[in-house]
Amino acid sequence: MPEGSATIPAPVLERLHLSTQPDYVDGPVRAFAVATVFWGLAGFAAGLFIALQLAFPALNLGLEWTTFGRLRPLHTSAVIFAFGGNALLFSSLYIVQRTCRARLFGGEDAGWFLFGGYNLFIVVAATGYLLGITQGKEYAEPEWYADLWLAVVWIAYLVVFGGTILRRTEPHIYVANWFFLSFIITIAMLHIGNNVVLPVGLSSRSYTFAAGVQDAMIQWWYGHNAVGFFLTSGFLGMMYYFIPKQADRPIYSYRLSIVHFWSLTFLYIWAGPHHLHYTALPDWAQTLGMVFSIMLWMPSWGGMINGLMTLSGAWDKLRTDPALRFSVAAVGFYGMATFEGPVMSIRAVNALSHYTDWTIGHVHSGALGWNGFIIFGALYWIVPKLWNKPGLYSTRLVSWHFWLASLGIVLYAAAMWVAGIMQGLMWRAYDSLGFLQYSFVESVAAMHPYYVIRAGGGVLYLAGAVLMAVNLWRTIAASAASAVPATLRAA
Amino acid sequence: MVPFFRRFSHALIERNLLLLGVLTLITISIGGLVQVVPLFTVESTIERVHGVRPYTPLELMGREIYVREGCYLCHSQMVRPFRDEAERYGHYSLAAESMYDRPFQWGSKRTGPDLARVGGRYSDDWHAMHLRDPRSLVPESIMPSYPFLDRPLSGVSVTERMKTMRAVGVPYTDEQIARAEADLAAQANPNVDGSGLTQRYARARQGVFDGDERRVTEMDALVAYLQMLGTLVDFTDVQPDAVKQR
Repeated sequence: MPEGSATIPAPVLERLHLSTQPDYVDGPVRAFAVATVFWGLAGFAAGLFIALQLAFPALNLGLEWTTFGRLRPLHTSAVIFAFGGNALLFSSLYIVQRTCRARLFGGEDAGWFLFGGYNLFIVVAATGYLLGITQGKEYAEPEWYADLWLAVVWIAYLVVFGGTILRRTEPHIYVANWFFLSFIITIAMLHIGNNVVLPVGLSSRSYTFAAGVQDAMIQWWYGHNAVGFFLTSGFLGMMYYFIPKQADRPIYSYRLSIVHFWSLTFLYIWAGPHHLHYTALPDWAQTLGMVFSIMLWMPSWGGMINGLMTLSGAWDKLRTDPALRFSVAAVGFYGMATFEGPVMSIRAVNALSHYTDWTIGHVHSGALGWNGFIIFGALYWIVPKLWNKPGLYSTRLVSWHFWLASLGIVLYAAAMWVAGIMQGLMWRAYDSLGFLQYSFVESVAAMHPYYVIRAGGGVLYLAGAVLMAVNLWRTIAASAASAVPATLRAA
Repeated sequence: MVPFFRRFSHALIERNLLLLGVLTLITISIGGLVQVVPLFTVESTIERVHGVRPYTPLELMGREIYVREGCYLCHSQMVRPFRDEAERYGHYSLAAESMYDRPFQWGSKRTGPDLARVGGRYSDDWHAMHLRDPRSLVPESIMPSYPFLDRPLSGVSVTERMKTMRAVGVPYTDEQIARAEADLAAQANPNVDGSGLTQRYARARQGVFDGDERRVTEMDALVAYLQMLGTLVDFTDVQPDAVKQR
C-alpha cells in the first residue's frame, strides 16, 4: 500500500485526480438508482393506500389480497428493503469504488448479480405477502426460502464490498465505508439470527426455534437494529460521502467520526427491549434497553453535528442547491427523530406512547425525513454524474419536491402526535365515578380526522416523489447537447 | 497501558479491513449476547403457573390464519400491568402464556383492542358475524371484513404442522399427533364424542364456531383460537411468588 498520503481524506484525493481514474463499474449502480426511484413510488403509494384504509375501511375491498393486514408488510418492506435497500446498494457500490479508487471486486458480473438477486428477493417476498405467506414477525415477514436467498445475496454483497476495499489504492478506508461495513456485517448477523426456523415439510411455512418471550427479544433485537444498522449506519455512510461532496467541504471532525462510529455501533444493538416495555420480558432486560436507548442520544447527535457542521463556510449553498437542502434537512430530521426516540424509550413515557400512533409518527419522521430526504439528495446529486449529464433537468422542480415533501412530513408527524397521545390518554382516562371513561371503539372513532390528515400528508409526499421521478427521467433522457448546467437553470 | 494509548492511532484500524471487520463484529455482538442468552438460562424468565398447554389442532390452525392475515399488525396480545389495562382486558400477561407461541404474537400496535384475553368474552356467533362484517356489529370499527374465511381449511395438514412444532420444541405427544385430524374435526362438531379431545387438551371446548357444523372452515379454526386466548391460566390459584421474574 502506498504511504504518505495519510492525512488527505479520500474525497479530496479523488477531487484532485492525483492518479488516473480506474474503470469504475457503474452499470449496476445506475440500475440500483432507477430501482430506488421505482420502489420509492411503489412503497409510498402502498403506504398512502393503507393509510386511507384506516380512514375509510371500505377500501379493504372485502378481498383477501387487499386487506390492511396483508398490505401493511408490503408497504414496510417496499420502503425499507426495496427503496432503502436499493439506495444503500447504489450509494455503497458507488462510494466504495470512488473512495478506494478501485474497480468493484467481481466487476460488472458481481454488480449485476447483486442487483438481480436483491430485487428478486423483494419481488418474491412481496408477492408472498399478498398470498398470505408470512412469518408473522414485523419487518421479518419473508418466509424461509426468501430469507435463504437473501442470505446468499447478502454474503455476496459483503464479499464484493470487502473485496473492493482490499483492492484500494488509498491507504485509509474512508469513514463512509466503516459505516457501510458495519451495516453489512450487522444485517447479516441479525437476518440469520432472527430467522432460525424449521420449514413445515417443503411448504412455504416455517416455525421459529425460539418461542414466546425469547422469540420476542430476538425479534426486537433484530427489529430495532434493522432501524439501527439498515436505516441508520448505512445511511450515515451516505451522509459521510454525499454531504461533503455536495457542500464541497471536508468532514467537520475526523475525531468525532471515530467516536461517532464506535459508540453508535456498540450502543445501538442494546436498544431492542424498549419495544417490549411493561411486557412479560423480564424487567432487567427492559431496563437495559431503556438505559442504552437514552445513551444512544449522544452518538446520534454527535453524528448529526458532524454532518451539519460540515457545512460551515458553505451554508450559502443551501440557497442555490435544493439537492443539498434535502441532505441537510435529512440530518436535521435525523437529529429530531433520534431525540424523540430516547424520550419514547423512557418507560414512563412509553407507558403512554406504546401501542399508539405516536410510534407510527416517530417512525415516519425518521423514515420520511431522514431516510427519504438523504436518498432524494443523493439521487439528485448522483443521477447527472452516473449518466454523464451536466446537471439536472430542473432545480425548480427539486425545490417543489422539497417543500411538498416537507409539508407532507409536518402534516404526518403532527397528526400522529395528536392522535397517538390522545389514544394513550383516552385508554387510561377515568370518569368521576372511577370507571374507565371511554370504550375502546370510542378511541378508534376519535382517530378518523387524524387518519385523514395523515393520508393528506402522504399525498403531498408521494406527489413530491412523482416530481422527482419526472425530473430524473428528463435529466437522463436529455441529449448531451441540449442539457444545460444546473446553475444556469436555477429558479 | 499509558504508553499504548499514547502510541495508539485509529489509523491502525482504518488501514486494515480485517481488523476493522473483526472489531466491528465484536462490538455488535456484546449487547445481543447479554440480552438474549440469559432468557434461555434464567429459569424464572417463564413463570411457574399451571394450565398452559400446546394448542389443540383446531386452535393451531386458527392461529396460522391469525398469522397469515397479519392480525398482529393491529392487535396486541400483551396486557401490561396497569390499572386501566387490568380493567379493560384482565390480568396482565405472563411469559408462560405464550411459551408455545411460534412465532410470538405480542404485537406492537393497538389499532384495535388487545386480544390476549379475548377468549370467552363474546359468543362464537358474535365472532363469526364480526369477522364477516365488523361494521354490522360495531359501526365505528375500521377492521377489514373477512367473509372469505367461510371456506374449508386447506394447505399443509395439521399433522404435518404439529410434527414440525414438535421438532422445534413444542411437547406434542405421539398420541396427540396421531389423533390430530380426528381431534380437529371433533372440536368443530359438538355431536362427536369429545372426551378424548379434552383428555389430551385440558379446557379445550367443542363448538359450532362458524354456525355450521357440517364442515370445518377457516372461520371455525380462527374463532376457536380467539375463544381460547388467555383462558388457560386460572388466576384464582396463582401465588404471587410463582409469577415473580428475576
